[in-house]
Amino acid sequence: MVAAVTMIAFFAPEDADQGLSQKIFYFHVPIALTSYACFGWGAWKGLLHLWKRSPGADLESYVAIHQGVIFGALTLVTGSIWAKISWGVWWAWSSNQLVLFLVLFLFYAAYFMLRFSVEPGPRRANLSAVYALFGVALIPVSFMAIRLANDFIHPTVFTSNGPQMSGRMFASFCVSWAAMLLLAGTLYRVELAGKRLDSRLRELRELLA
Amino acid sequence: MSYLTDIGALARKDLRLELRARDTLPAMLLFVVSALVVFHFTLPQGASRLAAFGLLWVALIFTALLGLTRCFAAEREQDVLDGLVLAPSDRSAIWLGKAIAMLAFLVAAEVVALPAFALFFGPGIDGRTLAGVALADLGICTVGTLLAGMAAASRARELLLPLLFLPLAIPIVIGGVGASVNGGVRYVEFLVLYDAIFAIICWASFEYVVTE
Repeated sequence: MVAAVTMIAFFAPEDADQGLSQKIFYFHVPIALTSYACFGWGAWKGLLHLWKRSPGADLESYVAIHQGVIFGALTLVTGSIWAKISWGVWWAWSSNQLVLFLVLFLFYAAYFMLRFSVEPGPRRANLSAVYALFGVALIPVSFMAIRLANDFIHPTVFTSNGPQMSGRMFASFCVSWAAMLLLAGTLYRVELAGKRLDSRLRELRELLA
Repeated sequence: MSYLTDIGALARKDLRLELRARDTLPAMLLFVVSALVVFHFTLPQGASRLAAFGLLWVALIFTALLGLTRCFAAEREQDVLDGLVLAPSDRSAIWLGKAIAMLAFLVAAEVVALPAFALFFGPGIDGRTLAGVALADLGICTVGTLLAGMAAASRARELLLPLLFLPLAIPIVIGGVGASVNGGVRYVEFLVLYDAIFAIICWASFEYVVTE
């Protein structure tokens, strides 16, 4: 993480067009990709729960999605800041990724509503797992949908904005992404350990009572 | 073959229940017409006919939502779901039968809604719009029925369904509005893709929604 920040600050060349503000790119995009990774991991654990009935997969799936939502919210915030600096508005419906994250954020916020309104138990684990699987199907589908929607909302703004990165920029980007993944992984482990301790404690208390 | 018989029996059960009790369909019909009247007053003078199409889709989505909240009400009140789960048939038949019944209600509501829309707002309904509505109905019913099953298992029930359903309905709305406003074949194709993907997921996963 420290290495990533140093590299972003000193190693990566400034963007000719956007200058210093472009550096948020090294946070925004890795956070977004990490958030996808968390959602994917959550769905994978959900699938394991439904398929193999592996114990603990439900909790792991929940923690992964929780991390994904946190990173998703950060993506929205950093994206919004970037949009303000480079386009002058806090919110741009023409930015596919940002809109996609809004949809996903709403979708996964409903995941928590679902989870907390069902009694803990096998039923809740099943429902959460099915919903998590819906999520990974929704990501590509709504990505396509949002690209299509831009056609009728903004008919002309449809250019492929493949950012041509120089080697140094790409290296910084990769280090930054690795750092984000590491951060997410660490947070995931910490939260998982806490949650496991919590459920173990509850079991013990029930045994005592 | 017996799978199809099961589905037919389950769908018939819902339709017969509706014919005798009449709680869902009249509510949907009344709702969609009143919504269109309200929308007439939300559009300022001189708004384009394209905006009216957007409102049609809002009306359709919320009418479907109204029907979906009642989807598993009878089963829940009479505890029928446990019996259905114990019945010696594939559990996905429960979902498919329910989705077919929902589709029938939704189509019935639209048979009233689309002419009413044409009458109130002026723009005619063309073939692309009809195709978009038909495909969107399929998507709404497949996804909505499964989510209604989920919501029925929770404490929040009616409150939860819109929260679960609306984010998943965003692609349907985009495809549907695109099909009626832009008239592009791509939107219709996209709706077909959406229906196929989510129908497969729902079909495979419904068993887990009703069992432990």
